[in-house]
Amino acid sequence: MTAPRIVLGKPGLDGHDRGLKVIAFALREAGAEVIYLGLRQSAASIVAAAVTEDADLIGISVLSGAHLPLAEQIVAERAARGARDIPVAIGGTIPANHADLLREMGVDAVYPVGSPLPDVVAGLLALAGQPGGRRAAS
Amino acid sequence: MSVRGADREEGEGTPAVALPTAWVPPHRSDRDTAPVTTDSGIPVDVVYTADDLPGGQSGLAQRLGLPGEPPFTRGPYPTMYRGQLWTMRQFAGFGSPEHTNERFRFLLGQGQTALSVAFDLPTQLGYDSGDPMAAAEVGRVGVAIDTASDMCDVFAGIPLDHVSVNFTINATAPIILATYLVAAERSGVSYQALTGTLQNDILKEFLARKAYVYPPGPSLRLVTDVVEFSSRELPRFNPISITGYHAREAGCDAVQELALTMASATAYCEAFLARGLDFEAFAPRLSFHFATTLDLFEEVAKLRAARRIWYRVATERFGARSPSAARLRFFSGNSGTTLTAQQPLNNVIRSTLQCLGAVLGGAQSIHVMGYDEAYEIPSEEAVTLSLRTQQIIALESGVARTVDPLAGSYYVERLTDEIETRANALMADVDALGGAAAAIEAGIPQRWIAESAYRAEQALASGERPKVGVNVYTDTAAGAQAAPLANTFEVDPLVGERQAARTRARVAERDAGAHTGALRRLADDTRAGRNVMPALIEAARAEATVGEMAGVFREAFGEFTEPAPW
Repeated sequence: MTAPRIVLGKPGLDGHDRGLKVIAFALREAGAEVIYLGLRQSAASIVAAAVTEDADLIGISVLSGAHLPLAEQIVAERAARGARDIPVAIGGTIPANHADLLREMGVDAVYPVGSPLPDVVAGLLALAGQPGGRRAAS
Repeated sequence: MSVRGADREEGEGTPAVALPTAWVPPHRSDRDTAPVTTDSGIPVDVVYTADDLPGGQSGLAQRLGLPGEPPFTRGPYPTMYRGQLWTMRQFAGFGSPEHTNERFRFLLGQGQTALSVAFDLPTQLGYDSGDPMAAAEVGRVGVAIDTASDMCDVFAGIPLDHVSVNFTINATAPIILATYLVAAERSGVSYQALTGTLQNDILKEFLARKAYVYPPGPSLRLVTDVVEFSSRELPRFNPISITGYHAREAGCDAVQELALTMASATAYCEAFLARGLDFEAFAPRLSFHFATTLDLFEEVAKLRAARRIWYRVATERFGARSPSAARLRFFSGNSGTTLTAQQPLNNVIRSTLQCLGAVLGGAQSIHVMGYDEAYEIPSEEAVTLSLRTQQIIALESGVARTVDPLAGSYYVERLTDEIETRANALMADVDALGGAAAAIEAGIPQRWIAESAYRAEQALASGERPKVGVNVYTDTAAGAQAAPLANTFEVDPLVGERQAARTRARVAERDAGAHTGALRRLADDTRAGRNVMPALIEAARAEATVGEMAGVFREAFGEFTEPAPW
């Protein structure tokens, strides 16, 4: 089995990258291949990278409170590029009632602040291991 | 971990109480021999005695001095909180200028003694509210400022000659300062009367906070322009706050926080001297900013060591002559990363301990986090409780009755010495890398921070580091705390559109000739290497937008992209 390829990036203007870097370290240690895009990514740059890199998963992190509009842009961009088979996971300062909104708009997994690291890593790997893994996501 | 009480006998017929999994300290002698350390990894003995003080009482007296006297270990002022309590300064700002003005008036009405402005990300990065880059972020993490008129609205009815104001702004600091000076002009307050602090510490943006725009070289030039201008025009204003807080929040430990702050301070002083500024003139107005986290004694020791290290740097490296040029003053913000989404009321206790640490460490001003910050920017209720936390410590606990009450504690003095030694060694490492600016440009301290953050997360996941409500005592039967908070703050989703519309209207009304001329002068001064502050003030007077002014710098300097961390 080949290592899952995971694109990680921060959309919008938020610079809080502690969490995303921790996830990147942990995914690498778990055997994933991480393509780390870094800060201030647009929806277009994130989805384009995922398509070009033939990624199994897109992971984004938002701590500025702008998760709803930013996730919506990424889901729309993913549809526009015909890349619906690449699941999208989001982490960050996300209130409980927004987690449902995110899933409804098509985000495949939501990890609000306080999610234990091992759960996040296991969840992301499972999602990346199953193309179209939306059914497997919580 | 072990389940305590598993071998207890239970009474016949009595339902067994489900005992929670208890945390067993790793240093219990009957368990293992792993060394006990502080949060920064400094070994801690079972007990400390007079033997732990090198040079005995007289050696200690030399390392301490008296409060207000070199080397300032015990505090920058002789009477500290007996003379004046610390400034209670809750960081606030969101939505439109009116929303923020309302929160400021509320805080001042609750007894807060100064203000601290949070700006939204577009303002921090030099985009107007109508810019496509700003679309999702207007008014989210702070207030949106597009023009000097917005700044006037933020402070409407607040006497700027009586309230000191802190600005958490960096890449666009000169621009925001210009809009504030214009707001002061319009309310009839002279520059000389203004007190407060501009964060204006760009190095830590590259290092940890990541709200940079321009490359390091031109960014440092803008920092220096502000300091040069302020040393002439703003005698009571702190034009820079050199900050370790964000590196700490991003993951580094107390020793690294202290060393990186001092290394940055050194880099700034060198830049200011290269501009031809006089150390004796600018050094008394340098301000510092440290985190205070949960390892109470280590944090107090760090803050005491900070004053001693800065005294040595100022005198030995820069030849400070007057005491005020070598006397470190600081603001302390409690650590948001120590707070948890789980059982959020526990955060009240965490914040209380951190505020106590800042007080025992001799802070000049303090911010206490809201207990709901893992969810949203704080509600009015949460921010009031933060302020009450400060007031109770100040007025009821008695800790402010005497100066530096932990002086002479064998443990705290030993830790102060040890942190000083370790921070000095790390500063020497940064020097060997070519100083803070070169090390940060090469991404080296950023790597320390990211690795240290990962280690901390692993320690949480493995249970090696206990966190109540997270990896120990997680029982959801904790009543109301198990439920999400009911009253978290909601930002008005239409604020972006309204703010953009208002700016369009203001732009339509401005004097086109004055506006164009001011921006042209700004471009000329920027290119010619002249101090940009006079041209920025002229542009702000002409209602030039933050995006326009930042755009002039973008065109001249370009933008910085962080090198890949791997």
